[in-house]
Amino acid sequence: MINRRFALKSAMLGTISAMALVMGSSFSAYAANDKLKIGFVGVTSGPAAAWGTSNVRSMQTLAAWWNEKGGVKIGDKTYDIEIVTFDDQKDPKRAVEGMEKMAQEGIHYVVGPNVDDGAAAVRPVAEKNNIIYFPYAFPKELYTAPASNAVLGMIANYQSGPAIYKYLMENKGVKKVAFLAANESDPLSQRDGGVAAAKALGLEVVAQNDTYQNDTRDFTPVLTPIVALSPDLLVLSGVAPANAPLIIRAARELGYEGLISTETAQDAKVLEEGAGELANGFISVGGASTPEIASDTMKEFVDRYTKMFGEYNDESNTKVYALQYIIDTLKANPAAIESVDEYKKTMDSFSAANPYLKGDAKLSYVGTTSFGQKRQLAVPMVVNEYKDGAFQTLFVGTVD
Amino acid sequence: MEQVIANGLYLGTQYALIALGLTLIFGLMNVLNFAHGQMYVLGGFVTYTIYGQLGLPFPVAVLASGITLAVIGGLMERYLFRTVIRRSHREESTMLLAAATAFFFDAVILLIFGEKQRGVPKIVKGVFNHFGVILPYDRIVVAVIAGLMILAFILFMKYTRTGRAMRALAQDRVAAQLMGIKVDRYTMIGFALGAMLAGVVGGLLVSITGVNSGIGGPISVKAFLMIMIGGAGVAGGAIAGGFILGMMESVGLTVLREYGDVTYLVIFGALMVFLAIRPNGLMGKPWG
Repeated sequence: MINRRFALKSAMLGTISAMALVMGSSFSAYAANDKLKIGFVGVTSGPAAAWGTSNVRSMQTLAAWWNEKGGVKIGDKTYDIEIVTFDDQKDPKRAVEGMEKMAQEGIHYVVGPNVDDGAAAVRPVAEKNNIIYFPYAFPKELYTAPASNAVLGMIANYQSGPAIYKYLMENKGVKKVAFLAANESDPLSQRDGGVAAAKALGLEVVAQNDTYQNDTRDFTPVLTPIVALSPDLLVLSGVAPANAPLIIRAARELGYEGLISTETAQDAKVLEEGAGELANGFISVGGASTPEIASDTMKEFVDRYTKMFGEYNDESNTKVYALQYIIDTLKANPAAIESVDEYKKTMDSFSAANPYLKGDAKLSYVGTTSFGQKRQLAVPMVVNEYKDGAFQTLFVGTVD
Repeated sequence: MEQVIANGLYLGTQYALIALGLTLIFGLMNVLNFAHGQMYVLGGFVTYTIYGQLGLPFPVAVLASGITLAVIGGLMERYLFRTVIRRSHREESTMLLAAATAFFFDAVILLIFGEKQRGVPKIVKGVFNHFGVILPYDRIVVAVIAGLMILAFILFMKYTRTGRAMRALAQDRVAAQLMGIKVDRYTMIGFALGAMLAGVVGGLLVSITGVNSGIGGPISVKAFLMIMIGGAGVAGGAIAGGFILGMMESVGLTVLREYGDVTYLVIFGALMVFLAIRPNGLMGKPWG
């Protein structure tokens, strides 16, 4: 017998089923495109979180933008881009786990890791599982044969350092240089490369052994003996964005009046908050950051990133490129979606318009001079000078 | 050399203040609060928001940091640590809880305040440059405030009813209870006070060293180092440990700079030898 309670239950069940059908059909309309998964393995927590977070957010911003416009057409298919992320906590063991996760998910293209030891640790996993990865790490052996799966995502310090020192010698009369680095593999190897480049240019290196713990909060004791040496240029090798303003402020407060530079990307807001006007004149390397060279697409990217995450990170001026290169290369050779060997073949001749720079700049793979093969993204080597809360272009260089 | 001593004294004052809160909680509850560094970070971000973003006066912001952390500390004691201590007879349960809260705070802070290093405008401009010593005035102000706070803390613990009750608790919990001291109440006050100290020092130092979401862990490690030197659970030990570590850092970074980053290697080596000789630190005994 049908009672009132049974009738009510049936009606509710019917309504829910109808809603599920409607939602399902509308969802399937959105899910018409296939998914193309691109991975990220890098650091998004701890003191160096800014490095990886700017990577992930750049990728997520681009993916959301492209997906909103209907997806990315590669060959005769259109894909929605899905970013799969893994926080390696700057730990090489975790980085290996992350790369294994990417392999299990069938991902062939991974951005990261952000540091030298992580990038070196994931190499066997990447090579075994046919993964091309884009580290932000500088060891040359990752990019020189027989290695072939790593593609450097930025300008290395041994490429930008000599250009910066030469410019400062010729334009600012720099003669004496001091190096300061965190006691970690990346900054130390960058320092050694910088010291060699400075000596090769004929600069007098007055300090090259001074180091600090990466979690140092007060740099006055670290800088006291260096400032006493009165260098014309203080190079902060591989300095983390969190530490740069603290070092600059401590050096200036101790009376240092020379130049300060680094070969890593920095964030203007962080410098402004941490060091204020004391950071004026600080030289760093960025991407398509300054108004003089940024295209409308770059401006829209910054705008979308800011809307999505509340605040832009200037490091993304460089980090925006990796996903753009991956997708444009796949467009150039759709067979590379399933075959990294096809991707490698395409890299040698690949060329596409650079959407982030004004003019007719091109995207291409470089690195022949440094690595003997094209295993580096050609991102613009924009040497910036910080001034009153913003970066100004000092000069723009290229890498071949 | 004058500069090296000044650097060491300045570092020592801030380190001592960081270690005080940690040692207070340990002395009262035998809990190693791994989340102490994260509390410091949270205090820094509260001051950053109120002073740096909203433009309210710096003292108001530091006060807000202290109050916020005191409330959080009180709640943590009441609803987390007290429950675990009652239900578990294993000491490592509180350690695991403390570690879990540290990870929890790390994640929440990263989520709310983001990954970037944050800083605020200087509270005092100008640099003291006399007698071979260069020290920015804001550091002097912070060091003086920290020194006064350490003094106030010692006087509070020594002469107030609450302070005496907490010292009695740290000395002998059962005896204190038999003497009519409300254990739960004073334990909560002690935990809140320890957390408040972490918040205040985080707020004070954001004006000099800024703050970022990832530094909680390293701050905790340094604080543990200090109380290991001075003796866990002893206020004088935390202060001594802070000054000793500050001076060792300052001297080491000047004298050993030519040999690379060996300062902390030497400090850890010396600590191992020291602990082998005095496992309880310099003043290794409970309060009192």
